[in-house]
Amino acid sequence: MAETLTPKLVPKEISAASAPTAAPFIEIEGVSLYYGASRALKNISVHLEEKVVTAFIGPSGCGKSTLLRCLNRMNDLIDGVRIEGSIKIGGHDIYAKDVDVIELRKRVGMVFQKSNPFPKSIYENVAYGLRLHGVKAKSDLDTRIEESLQQAALWEEVKDRLHSSALGLSGGQQQRLCIARAIAIKPEVILMDEPASALDPIATARIEDLILDLKKYFTIVIVTHNMQQAARISDHTAFFYIGELVEFASTTKIFTNPAQKRTEDYVSGRFG
Amino acid sequence: MNAQTTNARTETRHFRAEKFDFWSFFFSGLTGMATLFILGILATILLNIVINGWSAISWHFVSTIPKKDFFDANTTGVLPMIVGTAFRVIVMTIFVIPVGVITAIYLTEYAANTSLNTRIIRAAVNNLAGVPSIVFGLFGLGFFINFVGKNMDRGISNFGPSLDNILQKYLHIHLHLSASDSSPVWGQPALIWASLTLAVMTLPVVIVATEESLKAIPTGLREASLALGATKLETILKIVLPQALPGIMTGGILAVSRAAGEVAPILFTGVAYYMASLPGHLSDQFMDLGYHIFVLATQSPNIEQTRPILYATVLVLLMLTFALNIVAILIRARVRKKLRAMG
Repeated sequence: MAETLTPKLVPKEISAASAPTAAPFIEIEGVSLYYGASRALKNISVHLEEKVVTAFIGPSGCGKSTLLRCLNRMNDLIDGVRIEGSIKIGGHDIYAKDVDVIELRKRVGMVFQKSNPFPKSIYENVAYGLRLHGVKAKSDLDTRIEESLQQAALWEEVKDRLHSSALGLSGGQQQRLCIARAIAIKPEVILMDEPASALDPIATARIEDLILDLKKYFTIVIVTHNMQQAARISDHTAFFYIGELVEFASTTKIFTNPAQKRTEDYVSGRFG
Repeated sequence: MNAQTTNARTETRHFRAEKFDFWSFFFSGLTGMATLFILGILATILLNIVINGWSAISWHFVSTIPKKDFFDANTTGVLPMIVGTAFRVIVMTIFVIPVGVITAIYLTEYAANTSLNTRIIRAAVNNLAGVPSIVFGLFGLGFFINFVGKNMDRGISNFGPSLDNILQKYLHIHLHLSASDSSPVWGQPALIWASLTLAVMTLPVVIVATEESLKAIPTGLREASLALGATKLETILKIVLPQALPGIMTGGILAVSRAAGEVAPILFTGVAYYMASLPGHLSDQFMDLGYHIFVLATQSPNIEQTRPILYATVLVLLMLTFALNIVAILIRARVRKKLRAMG
């Protein structure tokens, strides 16, 4: 399984834009984003490593979710959004004219804040993406679905009721199903937009364990409001404030010895 | 400032506690009375029709094609009117649902919500809903019969013979398209034109109902599908439309209810005063319950003799409308159940 997940292209040479840059897999260079006339992201440059969990933190409206949604071009769906700068994933400019957005989204999966399983059976939820990408045979579907549900730590709970509605699952189970659905099509990157913000502490803990488990296979970018969560699960942390990237460093450094005063104030809970 | 607000609040509380609130009482009474009034009118109409019409309904009445005098209770029947009305409503549904649904999909899923284009289409749809039904009838006559139908006839008489030759020569099919060149087939009132006119009239109902049901589907579901690498079309066909189906069917039910009783749009486009046989083809004219009620009420030589038939015919029309509705509601309930259980 791991072989298929490795990127097809070797990243280009390393530039020294922001702190942790061993082997940048996602290269965000000078990205600004405008909703009409208002500027939501201001000249953001950050390089994210492969098979590492990077957390985006910051107060509401700081642009962290907006930047996340740039990485699989979900912002394309919003009228009047304009993006400057460049984003490369695995060396490919994902905003180049000849980029197939469908292929991009297959390689960059996403888990949303509000769990959004399709109103279909558990089986069909995971099968949906697989079918879209050409897995048609029943036996292939069965294997891939079991594999993904196991990877998402949901298999044991649902294996006896695969064909009952996904809407009958608990909130935490639904979110893990959404993760299973995202990883079933074997992406390289998984974007998570506050995946545990609507869950109780136990369900949150399970999701966090799962994220730590998944980083062996995937590059994970997670947006979170929960500082402890960022500290627990991420390797690198980027702190955003009103559309700007204030600081990007290893999570330990951000939480123990940040370079910026604003970062320190935020992570210590003095504002935000 | 703070003290003042508190003061004001206590005063209000005192006012409410001590005085009888006349306006509250008045408005709750008024709304209740209005509801009762409407229910009363509805009950009066229905009871009047059922009491007077029930005795005249018999198996003979609903299963007979009247051969001579349809004002005479002993010989008349309403079978051709039932068939005609049901036929035109069903054909209308077949046309109006796809067109309405596709328009609604364009408006909610594709068109930019604030663009001039969308606003013009929305305004057009709303205006369409406000056009008097007799105007639709005239439109049907002018557009469908005189323009579309006449041109179809012309085309068939021009190309029919040669098309017949080709079909006979190479495929050995004998359609005799050329046989129609003497008398009009499509360029005259016909069931299909009546149905299409009704479809145009009920289009706004279907569009609005479909739009509402599409808007009710959470954006999260669309995003989930797109984020998995589905195209917009795949998302609409596999995720959005199945969820919207019950709402679309509600639109269909409303359209059927509206169309079943309409007379004005079919007046010039297909209804006949009398037909000796049931309509069997889209180019046939047909008899219709609503129009027949008008005929019975206005053309009868003996009012007293016709009155029971008139009541009975009205009751049949009501029952037919209910029946069409109930069938659609049952199908919708099944769809909902299926959606809830799975997908």
